[in-house]
Amino acid sequence: MPEGKICNKQPINTVEQLQLTLADKSGIKYYEEMEHLDVDTDKLWASIQKTMKSRTKTWLEICAHCGLCAESCFLYQVNGKVPTQVPSYKIQSTLGEMVKRKGKVDNAFMRHAMEVAWSQCTCCNRCGMYCPHGIDVGVMFSYLRGLLYSQGFVPWELKIGSGMHRIYRAQMDVTQEDWVETCEWMAEETEEEWPGLEIPVDKKDADIMYTCNAREPKHYPEDIAEAAILFHVAGENWTVPSEGWEQTSLSMFAGDWECCKDNVQNVYNAIERLNPKRCIGTECGHAHRATVIEGPYWVGREDGLPPRPYIHYVEWLAEALRTGKLKIDPAKRIKEPVTLQDSCNYVRNHGLKMITREIIEYIVEPGYFVEMSPNREHNYCCGGGGGFNGIGKFRPQRNVALRKKMEQIIDTGAKLVIAPCHNCWDAIRDLEEEYHIGIRWSFLKPLIISMLEVPEHLKPKEEE
Amino acid sequence: MYDFLTGPMLWLTFIVSFGGLLVRVILYIKGLDQQLDRVAYRAHLSYGIKGAIRSILCWLNPIGARGWRIRPGFTFMFFLFHIGLLLTPVFLAAHNVMLQDALGISLPALPSFLADTLAWIVVVGGVFMILRRIAFPEVRILTTAYDYLVLVIAVAPFVTGLIARYAVGDYQFWLLAHIICGEIWLLSLPFTKLSHCVLFFMSRAQLGMDYGIKRGGMKGSSMAW
Ligand code: SF4
Ligand code: SF4
Ligand code: SF4
Repeated sequence: MPEGKICNKQPINTVEQLQLTLADKSGIKYYEEMEHLDVDTDKLWASIQKTMKSRTKTWLEICAHCGLCAESCFLYQVNGKVPTQVPSYKIQSTLGEMVKRKGKVDNAFMRHAMEVAWSQCTCCNRCGMYCPHGIDVGVMFSYLRGLLYSQGFVPWELKIGSGMHRIYRAQMDVTQEDWVETCEWMAEETEEEWPGLEIPVDKKDADIMYTCNAREPKHYPEDIAEAAILFHVAGENWTVPSEGWEQTSLSMFAGDWECCKDNVQNVYNAIERLNPKRCIGTECGHAHRATVIEGPYWVGREDGLPPRPYIHYVEWLAEALRTGKLKIDPAKRIKEPVTLQDSCNYVRNHGLKMITREIIEYIVEPGYFVEMSPNREHNYCCGGGGGFNGIGKFRPQRNVALRKKMEQIIDTGAKLVIAPCHNCWDAIRDLEEEYHIGIRWSFLKPLIISMLEVPEHLKPKEEE
Repeated sequence: MYDFLTGPMLWLTFIVSFGGLLVRVILYIKGLDQQLDRVAYRAHLSYGIKGAIRSILCWLNPIGARGWRIRPGFTFMFFLFHIGLLLTPVFLAAHNVMLQDALGISLPALPSFLADTLAWIVVVGGVFMILRRIAFPEVRILTTAYDYLVLVIAVAPFVTGLIARYAVGDYQFWLLAHIICGEIWLLSLPFTKLSHCVLFFMSRAQLGMDYGIKRGGMKGSSMAW
């Protein structure tokens, strides 16, 4: 059978197709159909020839097979150091083999490659820092995922995820109306406690345009309220766009590059339309990577930068604390051992390693902050990156992957983990659910709000 | 035979080998693609160059990268092996005599005991690398016949050279064998994995530019390899 009804080479572009795919619980039928999906080998080879340039080609060729990358991969470490988890092996036996065979690979090969690409690499880019040749296997796996996606070999959840992005331009079915309503609702709810608080939608020429992760309106709208409170207290002139508010990209993890481009263009259009001085994204690593680090290239911007300065939430927060726009009540600083999860997507991929530590200095009583080991750009992935968190089929592998972070956290002795990244936050929550090590985890926003020194005029009038 | 191998054949070898390597460098640069690689090479060239230089220097230095520091034993052997592999042929007295005859120039020559030592290091290092490939599961799984072939090509001139040097057996035979192995060595440079002698710099520079431009360089943080 060439193409299945649910599992096929076409991206999900219509609500009907989306619903059909969603209705297939856990993708049982989807994966059945996948077993019979044909590989269009000519097309595969053609696209390899067109897109595999110097970098990947050279990497595949000159890899010295020295194995120095082995130890660097947390998945190798937590899987009992099985040789099949050596980064170089993982990529050579999948992408390398595909290239060697000039694209002439069969269904079984593709299904195996899919499993490796999504369950044995989170594209955390750590191994790239340990290879003498500078071979970044995470980058190559992203590339491989694109090839697999174009042939229909992609995990069910990510096919749906990128379909969501195609239809709703959000990783969940949050429509523009849902979004604007959520903002209004949150503004109303919060205004009681914070008189004068607003969530201005589509305000032109504001200082800040704020964008977020679709999980926020969908599952934890209080995060939007918290952002609003902090902007309110800091006295910022800010806005959210009604369209182009969602900055995540499951399509990036699915390898759906066309969709990636469409989504980030949508955000950039909002920037052009509203003309803010700069943009601030929420506490999310992969959203930042998609919209700020890689997005400019997807839409073909020569300078590799978004149309306006676009910063991660931690950058704004550090700035607000530094300039005194936000003040912390010293009595309320954290006085228990606390550790910090460095998100690969903005630390290793964007260098934002010191800025989070600057925030820590403001909010943690000296002596209570315990670094994980290793940390900063050498930190390990939380275990749920690259889409791993969401893929049911690979849940057992994902749970094993969480162990590295578990060990790291246990070693710090901290019971509180600050995770300014949605995905890391989720992974740490799941790790507690799975292994019960007795920890709490938090974004920065609620922590900061709980220790703010609020200026008198912003407090609600006492009604006795 | 000797005259042919050290005359026309040697010239041809040099041309193919160095010409080939140059072609590889040029092709590499031409094959960079700002959109596919997602690195704005042109727009932020100065950040890129800074990152590239940093990346190369960190890895040319045995303590420059964490990847080296955490494995002192391997690193020590690895550096010695490469130093021997590169220095010996260039600065060997006997080679310099040939250079003197052909072009009338010569480079400072290595004292012979040092040259011998370096050659031995290459041979021992080669054996060590083979053993390492067999001993460690994480290296064994990566190893192919091709890896051994490349190693043999790389080390053969040193083995034959040492045999000739100590005049074990038929000197003439081992000398010719040494020259042939040396020429195969040179000819393999552009066409095999040995091309990493130049592509190492290209690949490192590319990733260095990636870090220098996109992954933190412009945010003022240089990654500590
Ligand atoms: S460290 Fe680099 S060169 Fe060595 S095996 Fe891994 S990817 Fe290949
Ligand atoms: S990118 Fe991360 S997960 Fe993937 S192979 Fe490298 S270290 Fe392992
Ligand atoms: S979820 Fe967090 S730690 Fe894991 S890969 Fe993404 S950014 Fe890194």
